[in-house]
Amino acid sequence: MKAALPALCAVALLLIFWELVCLSGLVPAYMLPSPVQVVQAMVNDRALLWEHATITLKEAAIGLVVGVVIGVAFAALMDSFEVLYKAVYPILVMTQTIPSVAIAPLLVLWFGYEMTPKIILVVLATFFPVTVGVLEGFRSADKDAIALLRSMGAGKWKIFRYLKAPSALPQFFSGLRIAAAYSVVGAVISEWLGGFGGLGVYMTRVKKAFAFDKMFAVIFLISALSLLLMRLVDVGERVCMPYRFLNTSSQKGRNDK
Amino acid sequence: MDKLVIEGVSKAFDGRAVLKDINLTVRPGELVCLLGVSGGGKTTLFNIIAGLLKPDTGRVLIDGQDVTGRPGQVSYMMQKDLLLPFRTIEDNVALPLLLKGMNRQEARRRAGELFGEFGLAGTEKQYPAQLSGGMRQRAAFLRTWLFSQNVALLDEPFSALDPLTRRSVHRWYLDVMDRIHLTTCFITHDVDEAVLLSDRVCLLTGHPGSITHELTIAQPRPRPEDFNLSVEFLEYKRKILSIINGEKQAVK
Ligand SMILES: Nc1ncnc2c1ncn2[C@@H]1O[C@H](COP(=O)(O)OP(=O)(O)OP(=O)(O)O)[C@@H](O)[C@H]1O
Ligand SMILES: [Mg+2]
Repeated sequence: MKAALPALCAVALLLIFWELVCLSGLVPAYMLPSPVQVVQAMVNDRALLWEHATITLKEAAIGLVVGVVIGVAFAALMDSFEVLYKAVYPILVMTQTIPSVAIAPLLVLWFGYEMTPKIILVVLATFFPVTVGVLEGFRSADKDAIALLRSMGAGKWKIFRYLKAPSALPQFFSGLRIAAAYSVVGAVISEWLGGFGGLGVYMTRVKKAFAFDKMFAVIFLISALSLLLMRLVDVGERVCMPYRFLNTSSQKGRNDK
Repeated sequence: MDKLVIEGVSKAFDGRAVLKDINLTVRPGELVCLLGVSGGGKTTLFNIIAGLLKPDTGRVLIDGQDVTGRPGQVSYMMQKDLLLPFRTIEDNVALPLLLKGMNRQEARRRAGELFGEFGLAGTEKQYPAQLSGGMRQRAAFLRTWLFSQNVALLDEPFSALDPLTRRSVHRWYLDVMDRIHLTTCFITHDVDEAVLLSDRVCLLTGHPGSITHELTIAQPRPRPEDFNLSVEFLEYKRKILSIINGEKQAVK
């Protein structure tokens, strides 16, 4: 908590500065609502926002889970079979150069306005950071430790299970943190480009009404949701890797990365 | 029958010969020490015995069986302790049992029984990063012991210890060895250690390395506390040092 104090102060100062700018009348109130107005808009529209947020969160969560499973599977396969790595990896990289705004409308045309195209987009956005992280993690396994396990008669699968998989946990969580952030954004973008519900749809509606305060409210909400997901990843990291957060003199926690 | 036989083993890396025609025979229960300079190929020889590396020529026999290039036949304690940072000490130590297919509870219990004897009591739930170098070494030793093949290879098992700790660990090691009757080869740079702890010292010298001299330490075990202060001890030490110096002269 103490470590977050400077960041919290900076955010608070920024908000105060923003509020002062609005109060001074330098910018017209309808174009830039003050933080207080944004919060008011959020509170007033809370029922509707919550309804849309649950849709977005559902898409993001399902997409993230599927994306992570696919990401880990890809990494495991590419780590086990060098040929697969050489053949598939460039294609995976290529999929990441396609902007999601370009494929989202296509997905809508193919799969309709329901949840499916949104989930697919989230999967496309989230599997890659996980694949890259986990693959690198598998490769970071100590060569001498591999030799040690081999000397104890361990085969490929046991080396994977007892050494490579746990060695990849730190990189897995780094990838997951990025994927979590992408998941909400991905869901919103794809709703924005065609759908019946979700925060992206809400955004298009309030934009048409020129409701600047509501636009800011939904922006705040989206970033809060992303932060919440990333926070969950942090908690998962602490639960799964207690050994990285030990209080020893030679601490190897996340601080020195 | 001889426990471990190494016949005409040679090895080169990228055309550079590291080991040349190594021959060594170890009897059951014998403590053999491999002494040689850094980079002489001692670890390479151990990797070959452990089956991790294939020799270019020659073979390795255990109990008369050809095990060349077949891992899993000997207990191998490597130069680094290689405790896995993400497993607690008990789970690290129990790893060989798990790899053999024992279930977790049983493996922990079996390992736990020996924590006291190996001076590790109380560290069961700790992680390697929380242990001192000496404790980590003991944990690595216990893990090696639990793999319990009846030949053990120890690559510089005591080098991470400070001189004071090392003395007490030496005594403890000899004590354990007298009780468990384990055929052991260990590597060291330290002449005192070699004479103190082994039945036979093999000198690995030259480039490429070969075993040029063998010296039997006739002092029976268990050895008296002050063996390292006795005349015999100094005599062995003098002999070994003169051989090593002779080699150096020859190189010049
Ligand atoms: N996998 C390898 N590939 C290429 N060269 C190697 C390999 N392993 C060892 N060598 C080389 O073989 C030589 C002997 O190495 P080795 O580790 O066996 O020596 P050592 O006697 O154990 O030395 P130390 O006492 O420092 O541990 C060294 O010159 C080393 O660079
Ligand atoms: Mg070595």
